[in-house]
Amino acid sequence: MIRFEQVHKKFGRRTVLDDVNFEIKKSEIFIIVGLSGAGKSVSLKHMVRLLSPDAGKVWVGDDVVSEATGTELERIRARFGYLFQSGALLQWMSAGENVGLPLREHTRMGDEEIDRIAREKLKLVHLEEAYDRAPADLSGGMRKRVSLARAIVRNPEIVLYDEPTSGLDPLTSRTIDKLILETRNQLGVTSIVVTHDLHSALSIGDTIAMLHEGRMVELATPKQFIASKHPVVRSFLESQYITTRGEWEGNATP
Amino acid sequence: MAAAGRAILTTVRNTGRALLMLFEAFFHMRSMFGKRMRHEVMNQMYIAGIKSLGVITVVGMFTGMILALQTGLELRRFGLQQNIGTAVAVSMLREMGPFMTALIIAASVGSAIAAQMGTMVVAEEIAALEIMSINPVRFLVMPRLVALMVMMPLLTVYTNMVGIFGGAVIGTTQLEVTMTAYFDNARLYVVNKDLYVGLLKAMVFGIVITTVACHQGFATREGAVGVGQATRRTVIISFLTILILGYIITRMFYTL
Repeated sequence: MIRFEQVHKKFGRRTVLDDVNFEIKKSEIFIIVGLSGAGKSVSLKHMVRLLSPDAGKVWVGDDVVSEATGTELERIRARFGYLFQSGALLQWMSAGENVGLPLREHTRMGDEEIDRIAREKLKLVHLEEAYDRAPADLSGGMRKRVSLARAIVRNPEIVLYDEPTSGLDPLTSRTIDKLILETRNQLGVTSIVVTHDLHSALSIGDTIAMLHEGRMVELATPKQFIASKHPVVRSFLESQYITTRGEWEGNATP
Repeated sequence: MAAAGRAILTTVRNTGRALLMLFEAFFHMRSMFGKRMRHEVMNQMYIAGIKSLGVITVVGMFTGMILALQTGLELRRFGLQQNIGTAVAVSMLREMGPFMTALIIAASVGSAIAAQMGTMVVAEEIAALEIMSINPVRFLVMPRLVALMVMMPLLTVYTNMVGIFGGAVIGTTQLEVTMTAYFDNARLYVVNKDLYVGLLKAMVFGIVITTVACHQGFATREGAVGVGQATRRTVIISFLTILILGYIITRMFYTL
């Protein structure tokens, strides 16, 4: 579905992606983990050509998105939904208007039909009541859920999640995890999730890739990932108190 | 030397990018008659026009009053204070009306546009629009461009009226010129060209303010600090461009 072929990217003299190769299968939940600055969000932005590689190719199906422009790029982007870290909702529109915006811009649907679909998508993220509320009046978790409703309003094939649980309390984080699973199960979308949150990654991911200093150091199923012997992966797991058996290993006793 | 060269190159590159954005916004004007865009254009006209009326009234009135007072005091020395009507009207229509309106709009509306665009860049809202295949130039720049191209001449007409009236107040209360004599004199030497050239300037200034503000906003980097810098640069670049273009247009239409 999505393929990175020898992708290199530099910002100034700093290498952000260094010969990155991976393939994401259809309907898979693919998780990219890593420390801050490892190149996770940069990888995500390459998938929709918000950034272009200095070398290598990014494929989406049969299209090379890294070389697409104009209407071809629009057609490829229409296959995607994107949940930004901040939500990226337009502040002067209500939650419902934000969700309906892609339909207003790209279809000939009437206002009533757009409203109906927007409410339907908000219901899917358990936020029907937020339809008329301004983004500024919503909590961080609610903003992300509205953003998810907007991301899926045109029934995309692929949804990209940039740090969906960052800055959220554990309960809201698990709600977002459930929504990612529900979205995949109900709509069959391919999901790519960038996160620091290993608990979330291990719970929902089909495949976990770890980026470190621009290089992919691990690509495995959650079980294999926990058992990985790679020192960077081990140190990352230990930083979140996760043992080789996938158990929490803190000081607290029940 | 190298630093000066880099600065010139950066200026040329930024000017080129701003002009490309402007041409793109003109190209997208064909979509302004759709129901949704029309609503957005009207909204921007309200923000740029109606919400600026208060400050424009005060500035326009005092500009006219200062012009009348300064000119009138000198003319009175020669017993020619009856001519302040012409002096104020010609100054307002040709220069002060469009110029003062442009400065106010650049400082208030232009800086607000730059801050809004900059904040949208920082909050990834512009990137979100791009991913939704919504062209930010069509969606954000074009309605603001149309709004300022329409509202700047209208606001300038209003500034002219208020300024000329301010001059009349000074004429009647401090220079012993009757209201009738003031307006008769104003009509005597003012020609249509004065009004049209002033309105042309106003429209050009509207284009300059929108282009500079949107371009600076879109070029914002480095979070809140970047938004502040974009806003500051918008006001400075707009002021300088308005001054220079004001001179060029005057030189084009009024030869010695």
